Amino acid sequence: MKALMFGWEFPPHISGGLGTACYGLIQGMNIHKQEVIFVVPKLWGDEEPVADFVNASGVTIDYRERRFKKLWKNLTYLEVNSFLVPYLGPKAFKKFTDYAIHDRTDVDESIFSTNYQFSGKYGKNLMEEVSRYALVGAQIARDRSDFDIIHAHDWLAYPAGIAAKEISGKPLVVHVHATEYDRSGESVNFPVFEIERAGMHAADHVIAVSQLTKNICVRKYGIPPDKVTVLHNAVLDASIITSSYQKKVPEKIVTFLGRITYQKGPEYFVEAAKKVIDRDPNVRFVMAGSGDLLNKMVDRVAELRMGTKFHFTGFLKGDDVDHMYAISDVYVMPSVSEPFGIAPLEAVRHNTPVIISKQSGVAEVLHNAIKIDFWDVDAMADAIFGLLHYQGIARMFTELGADELKKLKWEHVAAKLVTVYEKILAQRA
Amino acid sequence: MRTVCFYFQVHQPYRLKPYRFFDIGEDHYYWNDFLNRNVIQKVAQKCYLPMNSLLLELIQRYDGRFKVAFSISGTFLDQMEAYAPDVLESFQRLVATGHVELLNETYSHSLAALKSKDEFFSLVHTHQERIKELFNGYRPKVFRNTELIYSDEIGAMVAELGYQGMLTEGAKHILGWKSPNYVYSNAKNPNLKVLLKNFRLSDDIAFRFGDKTWGDFPLTTDKFVNWLNALPKEEPVVNLFMDYETFGEHQWAETGIFDFMRHLPEAIFTQSNFTFSTPSEVVASLSPVSNIHVPTPISWADEERDLTAWLGNDMQDEAFDRLYELEKKIRKIKDPELLRDWGYLQTSDHFYYICTKFFSDGSVHEYFSPYDTPYDAFINYMNVLSDFILRVEAASSK
Repeated sequence: MKALMFGWEFPPHISGGLGTACYGLIQGMNIHKQEVIFVVPKLWGDEEPVADFVNASGVTIDYRERRFKKLWKNLTYLEVNSFLVPYLGPKAFKKFTDYAIHDRTDVDESIFSTNYQFSGKYGKNLMEEVSRYALVGAQIARDRSDFDIIHAHDWLAYPAGIAAKEISGKPLVVHVHATEYDRSGESVNFPVFEIERAGMHAADHVIAVSQLTKNICVRKYGIPPDKVTVLHNAVLDASIITSSYQKKVPEKIVTFLGRITYQKGPEYFVEAAKKVIDRDPNVRFVMAGSGDLLNKMVDRVAELRMGTKFHFTGFLKGDDVDHMYAISDVYVMPSVSEPFGIAPLEAVRHNTPVIISKQSGVAEVLHNAIKIDFWDVDAMADAIFGLLHYQGIARMFTELGADELKKLKWEHVAAKLVTVYEKILAQRA
Repeated sequence: MRTVCFYFQVHQPYRLKPYRFFDIGEDHYYWNDFLNRNVIQKVAQKCYLPMNSLLLELIQRYDGRFKVAFSISGTFLDQMEAYAPDVLESFQRLVATGHVELLNETYSHSLAALKSKDEFFSLVHTHQERIKELFNGYRPKVFRNTELIYSDEIGAMVAELGYQGMLTEGAKHILGWKSPNYVYSNAKNPNLKVLLKNFRLSDDIAFRFGDKTWGDFPLTTDKFVNWLNALPKEEPVVNLFMDYETFGEHQWAETGIFDFMRHLPEAIFTQSNFTFSTPSEVVASLSPVSNIHVPTPISWADEERDLTAWLGNDMQDEAFDRLYELEKKIRKIKDPELLRDWGYLQTSDHFYYICTKFFSDGSVHEYFSPYDTPYDAFINYMNVLSDFILRVEAASSK
């Protein structure tokens, strides 16, 4: 069996967890001798050759194909109407909308005959790239017949998956790594929501990375529960990391590591920190990462007068991430809505006990962790205090957590995915 | 007698290096040597050296009838000694003429006057010693506080130290209908005379000189002397107080600022009956017209002329309070390195960088800040302060 997968990023060129999850899944598929054609908007050339890679920037669209024009019409609608694009500042947004308004008639035939250079990033031409990517999907589906099933990862690739299905008639699986509700709460970006909804409805089957995400698919996107299978993410490497990096401050360290955005719940961490520091001055809190709520958090920390006990590191990369985990005594992930959340598993690999919100997918697989509601800052403060002071529970968590980690293998995820594929193909036959 | 009193502020802070969370507890050196050296050497070329030599030339040409006063912060003295000894020599030459007056201030350009009398006195004392040492036993008679910050209470402290006069801003909201062009006295201790900056005429030179959108652009010496002559005849003194970096740095040489200064004395001597005086001469020769009430502190910064450039937002207050709560411990330890860092961390600039008043004066703040945002400034300062606290704790538990 061979799957035609559409992704958006792939290691080492990643900006989030999506690329890593795709990489892990393909590794798992390889163990089961399953072949994967993996399409990305832009190939850099230094990707590990684990799949049959297709560089979307190198695909030429055949403009004589009538069916493409019909597809394109629908996609243009999407492009022109999606004025709200994530990750834009007001200036860039204005530029983007100006462009879209002034150039709405520029959809000429030339795009059908030339290659389109994708950036593969999350920039201002995101919607344009998403719709061009769909055309590439259609072209690939027409050119190749050596695949049995189509598999699209997250909303950026759904239009490509839908197009490929329309052209080839082969079944489509969409893989929900995150939804617009996780990213933006109730203030969803409607065009993105629309793409997600269309993708899930057009799919023959939906894969969600957690029960939590499945519930969102069912409740918010109106997908029948039996059309959704939960496949939890796994870890690429479950080995325990022992670091020689030494802490240089006498106090214990409690860490938040992630994007400082609404989704990650940083403000609850700050409030809990205040409660802990009031009781125990021998603790330092660290908020590692960057994001649109950073300045607000800095302000709040100053307002709570704990500036010498609560630190901000900015965005960490490379060794600094490992060092941060290594010197942490407790890791907290207070996410408001986290489809999965791989970071706590990284903390476990560093023998750091973790506190995770019940509103995270990882809470469904990691049992040796303290689970709290993200909004319950009292419970969070109690948990932090407990893990810092009662060594027994912290020791137990680190020992058992390591065992749990070993069970989270991509190999197992891939096996379940193959079963899903087989079921879909059997239903078709 | 009618007289013009020039005072120039010479100051550079010890800017912090990017200090990361991972450095806390390990790296105890906080200063951005590369940046600090660069700034001193760059401004030396553009301002300090050419302006010092121009002033020397003018003093010699008019045989002492032209004179000015400087207040040179200790953080500047230290950096000058380390990075630009030629600048130090040129200041020493100026002072040696006998027509250049030096003022005292807090050694590290600190805001201590607002927080602790002990610390304030100690920093003034350090500055006195350093001036004595570098300028051949010189002993200033007049005081200027950091950023011209003044209140009745601060004035009384300065009087207690034995100074005859003190400089501050002629802020509209304390003067009301009164004119800054007289000598006033402190409301608590009438022995201290208070000289007020004429902010209109000072800022015409310091801020507006090169501004082409200003209605009075270009500013010529004739025009400036006309404005002096137009002041009511009974007003005896015009205090022109400004940053020394006005000359060549804030106003580039291309604006003609050096030529303006080169010709200003001549224009004043020939076209008006004004003379030049130093602050101590003004204090000695003029009696106060009345006392001046300043119950809450004023400064020379921004439109508000208050403390909000340095204190008031949560981040500034947090940084300030955490720093000063160390005072008692520091005094007991008496470790020279800790004392030096403690002084440098008090420099007002660190708090200025954390100012969030973006809308009215933000652009001025941005120009002077090595940080992208006040949040970055706060994070970096607090990381350094956290390490400093660990050192103080360790030293005091010995």
